[in-house]
Amino acid sequence: MYLYRRIVQAKLFIDQHYSEPLDVSAIADEAYFSKFHFIRLFKSAYGRTPHHYLIKVRIDHAQQLLSKDIPVAEVSMMVGFESSTSFAALFKKQTGMSPSVYQRRQRIKRMMIHSNPLTAVPNCFAEAGGWKNRNFQ
Amino acid sequence: MITKLTHVCVYVLDQESAYDFYVNKLGFKVHTDAPMGPGNRWLTVTPPEQPELEITLFLITEGGVFDAETVKTMKALVRRGSFGPAVMTCNDVLATYEEMKSKGVEFKKPPTREFYGFEALFVDDSGNWFSLSQLNP
Repeated sequence: MYLYRRIVQAKLFIDQHYSEPLDVSAIADEAYFSKFHFIRLFKSAYGRTPHHYLIKVRIDHAQQLLSKDIPVAEVSMMVGFESSTSFAALFKKQTGMSPSVYQRRQRIKRMMIHSNPLTAVPNCFAEAGGWKNRNFQ
Repeated sequence: MITKLTHVCVYVLDQESAYDFYVNKLGFKVHTDAPMGPGNRWLTVTPPEQPELEITLFLITEGGVFDAETVKTMKALVRRGSFGPAVMTCNDVLATYEEMKSKGVEFKKPPTREFYGFEALFVDDSGNWFSLSQLNP
């Protein structure tokens, strides 16, 4: 079980420090593993190498920040990417769309919800919630 | 023919607390968070690796399909752990168990070996229980 605690600690370390410059060796040191042993165990536990997991966490956080209308270049830096070009490429690889397209879609979704929240709710749930004939204006 | 499952409903006692549990403790992503009048919202989250499945954290409250008596009964049933809405899977149940415990998630059963792999049982902040499973390769 001790082994698992160390792997979990490494994962939580990435979760907390994703916006900082991180390299796998430093994370492995943090967890008291040799680099290659660490990569193997991490991948077995989380299905991704530590490096790929770090990228995933950064893109996940980027999605949240883009939804708040923060400019793309700023988001790229905030989540720890040194280059906004590589950020855009990795973002598209993970989400299937560019950061700016994602941001535009989120903006449209927010506007639709603002004008009528029921646009986001399947009718059956709107009826179950008693929201169907409510005026949200 | 039916093609996909897109929404499932988990009844919760408090949406703010459910948000914290599912997002900050389980690592789910918020899909939609739309206000539905005072004290209620349409709140859906998605599992980290399954962005197309929305889990709606549906507040048990009066209105729509619930009258006052049903609300009382439903709340009591959820609180006492009568509902086990789903099975969640992970790559490594021991690592996930350790991580969730470190975040304060309550487990009804630690990971045990089953015919199909491993299973642990955890409880959400309302009282709903879930299977956390690791399937045999």
